[in-house]
Order: sequence, then C-alpha cells, then structure tokens
Amino acid sequence: MQMTHEHEQIAETTRKFVAEQINPHLKDWERDGMWPAHEVLRAMGKLGLLGIAKPESVGGLGLDYSYQVAFAEALGTCDSGGLPMAIGVQTDMATPALANFGSAELQQEYLAPAIAGEMVAAIGVSEPGAGSDVAGIKTTARRVGDEYVISGSKLWITNGTQADWVCLLANTGNDTSGHGNKSLIVVPLDAKGVDRHQKLDKLGQRASDTAMIFLDEVRVPARNLIGEEGKGFIYQMQQFQHERLFLSASIVAAMERVIKDTATYTGQRKAFGKPLLDNQVVHFRLSELYTELEALRALIYRATDDVVAGKDATLLCSMAKLKSARLARELTDACLQYWGGQGFMWESSVAQFYRDLRLHSIGGGADEVMLEIISKRLGFVGKRRTY
Amino acid sequence: MVGQHAEGKLDNGVAKVVCAAKAVGGDIEVVVFATAGAAVAGQAAAIEGVTKALHVDRAENEHPLAAVLAPQVVALAKAGGYTHVLAAGNTFGKDLLPRVAALLDVQQVSDVMAVHSTTSFDRPIYAGNAIVTVEAMAAPCVVATVRLASFQAAGTAGAAAPVEAVSTDAQLPAHTRFVSLAAQKSERPDLQSATRVVSGGRALGSAEKFKEVMEPLADKLGAAIGASRAAVDSGYCASDMQVGQTGKIIAPELYVACGISGAIQHLAGIKDARTIVAINKDPDAPIFEVADFGLVGDLFQLVPEFAQKA
Amino acid sequence: MKALVSVKRVVDYNVRIQVKPDGSGVATDGVKMSMNPFDEIAMEEAVRLKEKGVVSEIVAVTVGSAKCVETLRTALAFGADRAIHVVEEGEVQPLVAAKALVAVCGKENPDLFLLGKQAIDDDANQTGQMVAALLDRPQATFASKVEIAGTKATVTREVDAGLQTIEIDLPAVITVDLRLNEPRYLKLPDIMKAKRKPVENTTLGDLGVQAAGGLKIVKTASPAARSKGVMVKTVDELIAGLKNKGLL
Repeated sequence: MQMTHEHEQIAETTRKFVAEQINPHLKDWERDGMWPAHEVLRAMGKLGLLGIAKPESVGGLGLDYSYQVAFAEALGTCDSGGLPMAIGVQTDMATPALANFGSAELQQEYLAPAIAGEMVAAIGVSEPGAGSDVAGIKTTARRVGDEYVISGSKLWITNGTQADWVCLLANTGNDTSGHGNKSLIVVPLDAKGVDRHQKLDKLGQRASDTAMIFLDEVRVPARNLIGEEGKGFIYQMQQFQHERLFLSASIVAAMERVIKDTATYTGQRKAFGKPLLDNQVVHFRLSELYTELEALRALIYRATDDVVAGKDATLLCSMAKLKSARLARELTDACLQYWGGQGFMWESSVAQFYRDLRLHSIGGGADEVMLEIISKRLGFVGKRRTY
Repeated sequence: MVGQHAEGKLDNGVAKVVCAAKAVGGDIEVVVFATAGAAVAGQAAAIEGVTKALHVDRAENEHPLAAVLAPQVVALAKAGGYTHVLAAGNTFGKDLLPRVAALLDVQQVSDVMAVHSTTSFDRPIYAGNAIVTVEAMAAPCVVATVRLASFQAAGTAGAAAPVEAVSTDAQLPAHTRFVSLAAQKSERPDLQSATRVVSGGRALGSAEKFKEVMEPLADKLGAAIGASRAAVDSGYCASDMQVGQTGKIIAPELYVACGISGAIQHLAGIKDARTIVAINKDPDAPIFEVADFGLVGDLFQLVPEFAQKA
Repeated sequence: MKALVSVKRVVDYNVRIQVKPDGSGVATDGVKMSMNPFDEIAMEEAVRLKEKGVVSEIVAVTVGSAKCVETLRTALAFGADRAIHVVEEGEVQPLVAAKALVAVCGKENPDLFLLGKQAIDDDANQTGQMVAALLDRPQATFASKVEIAGTKATVTREVDAGLQTIEIDLPAVITVDLRLNEPRYLKLPDIMKAKRKPVENTTLGDLGVQAAGGLKIVKTASPAARSKGVMVKTVDELIAGLKNKGLL
C-alpha cells in the first residue's frame, strides 16, 4: 500500500478532527456512556469522511479501499477505543452490503444520508442466542404482500440507542439447514414494533452506546431488502471483510500510542535508583511489541492491496483481525504492568486501551471464528488440502 | 541602531540592543525618528556605550510605520557608511528591519542571541530548539535584529553622548497610513502560547485562595495561569488550565510553580519551559529537582511577596 | 481581485526536532512535513475573502524543492485555483525567496500578497517585509484583522504595544498572525480535486534571481541543557536571580 500525498491529507484531516472535535469530549462521553452520534457524524459527513470508498452516486468519493484504511488508521488517534468502533459501524459495518448490492432507490434513501452524516446506521447480526455463530440467528422476516414482517431480537448493537436504521440479518425462508435462507434488510428504527432496550453497561468502549433491540411484528417495505432474498449470509460474509480490515487498521495507532506513553512514563519513573525504562526487560519488551505492531501494519497493508486489486482477501483480512486483536491484548497487558499502580488507575491511557481493545477478540467475529476461517482457507480442516 | 520610542519615552529594549552592539564593537549611534526627537534622542545618548544619538524630525514620523521609516534608515545607512544596522527583535524591529535589509540587498540576521565577531552570530531556529551560528557578509553592511531576552540592558553613561539632528532626502510613501493604536488588552495571555506562566497546585486549598493568591502574581508578570491536575480535580479552577501530560504541554520562558509537588505527569507538561521557579513548603518535593530556582516556604506569604516585589 | 499566497513546506509543528550530531543541521529525513501553520492562516484568509466575493482568483506559490509540490497541493485543497512552483533544491534564504516572489508578482500582478508572518523552521520573519520593500508597496505585518474596501485595506496588527490599525493602498503585502482566523479542515473532495488543479513550474534562473549570497550557516547546535538549579532563601534572592537572567 502506497501512502500518497492524498492518503496523507485524508489522514491529516481525520487526525485533526479527532484531536479537536472528539478527544476534548471523550471524558464526558465515557462518563455518560453515550456519544452524540448525529452531531459528530454530521460534522464528519460534511468533511467527506464517511464515504471515502463509497460510490460517487451516493455522495461518496469513489476511492479505492486503501484510502479508507488511511482513514481508519488516523481514526485510531482517538483517546478511547469506543469511537473508532462506533464510527466504523457507520462506514464499514452497516453500509458495505447496501453500497454493493442495494438498489439505487434504497441507496438514495438510506446510504446517501449515512454518507452525508444525516442518518446514523447500525448493524444487526448478533442475537442473544447467536453471536459469532451467525448461521444460528433466530430473527425472522416473513414476506406478506409487499412488506416484510420482522420479529426477533438483536444484541450488542453499537450505536443502537440512537441509530436511525439498522442493517438487519434475518431468516427469510423456512429452510434453516443452510445459509440460503438469510437476507439483509434495512429496518428504520422508528418503525412500529421496534423497542430499544436501554444501553448496556460494558467493561470498555464506554463512550459508545450499545443496545439490545427487540422487533415485534415490525413491518418494512419489501424494497428495503438488500440485493436478493436468500443471499444475506453471503453479503454479510463479504461485508465482514471490510469490517475486519477496518477494525484491525483502527487500533494500530492506539497500540502505538500505548507503547509510546509507556516509554515516556517508564523513562521518567524512577525505581531502585534509575528510570524503569533503563531495565533491559522493559525496553526489550517495548521494542519487541513495536516490531510486532509494524508486522501487523504490513499485514494490514497487504490485505488492503488484495482488497484494492479485487482479490478474495478473506484469508488475509481474517489474519489481520486475529493478529490485531491478540496483539492488542498482549500489548496493553504488558505495558500496563510496567506502569505499576498508575496503570491500574481507571483514567490512565494504558488502562483505557486495556479495557477498550479487549473487545476486539470478541466483536466482529471472535478470535476463534477467525482461526476457524483461517484453518478452512489453509485446508487444515474441511476440504483437507495436501501439502 | 534604530531606537524605538513612544509617547516621548525611549523603549527599554534599546539599552539591550546597545549591549549587543557593544559586543560587536566600534562606535554606536542610535537614531530615533520622530516629529521632534531631540528629547528622546537625549535618553538614548544617556545609555552607556552610545557614542552619538541622532534624531530625524519629520511630520511623517509621528507613528512608527515600517514603510515610512525604512527609506530613511536606508538613506542614513548609505550616507553614514555604517557597518551594522541593528534594531530590537520585537514587533517594531521585526517589522522594520527586513524592509531595510531588502532595500540594502542584504540578507538580515534575525534574533541575534550571541555575538562572536563583527559578522558571526548565534540565532535560534525551530522556536529555540536549535541554535545556528551564522556568518554574515560584511559588505555592504550587516543588518540584524537582537533577541532582547539574550542581552542585559546597558547601564547609564557617566556623561551623555552628543545629540544631533540629521535629515535625509528620502522620498516617503503615502500608501501606508496610521489609523489607531489600542493599548494591550487586559486579558491574560493564552496558556498554550504565553511566554510566562504561573501555576497553582492543591496546596492553595480552595478556589477562592487560588484566585486570591495566583491572580495578582499573574497580573504583575503578565503571565497566563495554569494549574496542576490535583488543583483542577479539587475544583480550584477550570480544566482547561491544567498543565501536564493529560493537560497542556507548554514551553514558556518563565514558569512559576506554586504549591505544586511535581508529579511526573505534571513535569511532562513543563519540561520545555526555559526557566522554572518552584515555591513549595516541602523541601523534598520533586519539583525542586527540575527547578532553576527553588524557594522553600509558605506560599501564602511568599507568592504575594513575589507579586509585590517583582 | 487576485490574491497571491506564498506557502512554505516545513517540519510539522508537532515534531520535536533533533539536531544532527555533527552540527550540520536539523534532521529532516523521514520527518513529517506540513505547510507552515502561519501560511495556512494566510490561505484561509484568502479563501474567506474569495467566499465573500472580494477576491476572484487565488494563486498559491512556493519556492523550494520538488517535494514542495505537496504543500502546493495542500494549498489547492484549501481553495487556491492554481499554483506556481519555483523549484530550487538548495537552501532558500528569505532575501532570495523574496526576490523570487517579487518576480512572480511581476508576472501575476496580484492585488493582495498574503503569507505567514514567519516560517516555523527558520523563524526569520523577513520574507513578507522584503517582498513589500522590493515592490515598493505597503506592508501590514502581524495581521489579526483584515478588511478590504475598494482599493484599500484596513489591517489590525498585533504589536507589542497593543493593536495597531493601519490603512494601506492595494496592491499590498499582508503577513498574518495567529489570531487572524482558524484554518478550516480540508474536505476530502477538495483534497482529491486539488490533484487535478494546475501547477506551473519555474526556476530561480527563469525568474532571473541568483540563488547565491546570504548567510553562511556555520553550525547548528542544541540549546544549552538546563543547568543545575539553585535553592534561594528569600523572595529578594529569587527576584535578583530572575533579573540576572533577564526574566524580570
């Protein structure tokens, strides 16, 4: 991935927005468990930040995905992990399928306002009985005339308390044996029968609101179906590639920051007569973690190149997702240790990311799901490959 | 040397530029441009080291406008065979001297902070984070502004130098006209960019005391007010005043820490301060390890005394 | 009305610069570079004047290495209509830059020449004044407010004594200070559009300007390290110490 002047400028606008419009408010948003999604996204939409890789026909910039990765990396300069995730839902989790397969009419109604920042989007896949096991969802959408009648519940919905619409995965057929009965449908959240459960109390990512959404005989027009009925699972699997690459790229800067903050802190903190950082065990460990981080970045860029080239990037995106999540846990834990009691304080930056980045091994497909995908792709399980 | 003045009073910076000029060596002549400049030239003549004070009296010189002054300085510099043309590195000199230098076809030296020879000087770049030594060409002359913070003011001469009225035939432009001057706003400078900052810590005890003790000192020094994390958390002042790793990272010329112990997080915000003064009752407070001047004692006595005498 | 804005590529404001160990300068390899922040303010002012209908065309100009085209692209993303790149790979000191800019003014005949009051690398604070001198036109340095009416500009300047207001005839040079405005965020569509706007290349030679002369940089050093502090016993001692350092 070649960082051109334009990539750099997009990153610069993003970093400036984060530094001036997000970071100063994060303490309050963390405390309130809520960010003003409409306000922040509207401002980002005006700058053109929400549709970098989306078609120009819906107000996007029509650029290739490498520019989106530059944006995701720059978004990682947030002082907390909740915001890049919440913004990523808008740009890379709830909207790619709509952009790739939605009808022009549906795109104008829901995608264009999401890119402009006038509407907040959410993605509804997980349920109380099915998280990473996407195939096991129970929500149903019955076709009645020119409407779908939807019933079920969706859990862990980021932006769920304030979103205007959700890209919902539901069963549209009776055959529950395969994946062919699933469809993605845009559901406006002001529809009758939608009940949003109060925001959930989470370990981390507290500035981002997360909700449970109940749907009781919710009627939406049949034209809200994204693409073809029965292809929802495939669309969602493709949509996941963007989500996973975005998630990986969005935490590189946070990890870099944790290493640098740790070096600064241990460079000043004296114990047993010298700065902690002067101990080989500390500076070797930080160097090793930084090396791993750069290796991760290279992996992300390689996956990006494949996405840009139109190749199937499932293997590399899954590897990037797995590695970024695992490294985030290892790195924040290792660094927190060197901060001692200060690291255990709620407000220290290392504790912040220790909490916030922990989600990455769970959300967007758990580590174990990534390992399953990687194992299948490499031919270790399923259709076994001979080496 | 071009001497700045206002309301009949020579600027304090002139004596510092004289100090730099003395380091260069040779005769030092100060010129003031005024409508009637004899008196103010007399003040320049009383500075130790000045060999002559000149005044150019013209109606156009009522207000300091670079476009009007520059042709006169150039005419004098050319006629007088001066080796150096100097002015203070304040907004007056910075406005005027480059205009003079360009007309003399000379690359100016800005913000001289040390003089090595008649043509070799140190000057700061990158906001003082690096210092360059430069060699200027002697011909036709050296044009330089002087960083006032780097030089002491020259004293008063035993006997005043002669004062002389001079005139030039310089054509003065009418394209630049003075409208008004509004005196400095009384608001305090911005914490982030202030050259002086006074900060208070938890030892101040209350919001009322914070205000009562810190504000007079800030007013006296023309300083911005900052605070430690502890003081902000205790509600003594607004959070935008916090100095430190999670607050503002600042680099003032002078930083005065009052009742601040000096936690690492706080020190991270002030390590680029030029001069740090610490006033604290605990002689073992870590702030004293980084302070250029440490004063141990009761801040409720010492800070008001400092404010009064400074 | 046409505005010419000169922009300089400098080490980014947030970078903590390192002096090279051999004293030959400041390390700039691999260091983030940006448009001089004061020049951003000048660009912003020009764009605002264009939005108000006062200025009809904005031309950005820079004098420097091939890499400086990036800074021009940034200026074009801000809203400049086209750009001129005076390509010079060697060091450019203010007087040479000023002569090049004067030559560009000779071709472009701008009514307004806007630029930052100083560049944050060399901190010279000379170029604008020199351009004004060589053009024999008015200068308004340290501008914190600019109003244009007809062929005149009223400019408020931040001087040590307070706020000085002057009236100048156009064409004129205005160097801008921090408080004039707050530069906008570059919008992504504008960043991409800037790629397609024209940049004209020229050289000092083409403009008839000699690169030689100026100051010889003998060496570059780090500022003196913090000397060991002293404990004083009284406020008087403290004040004496501060006076001795020229701080009071």
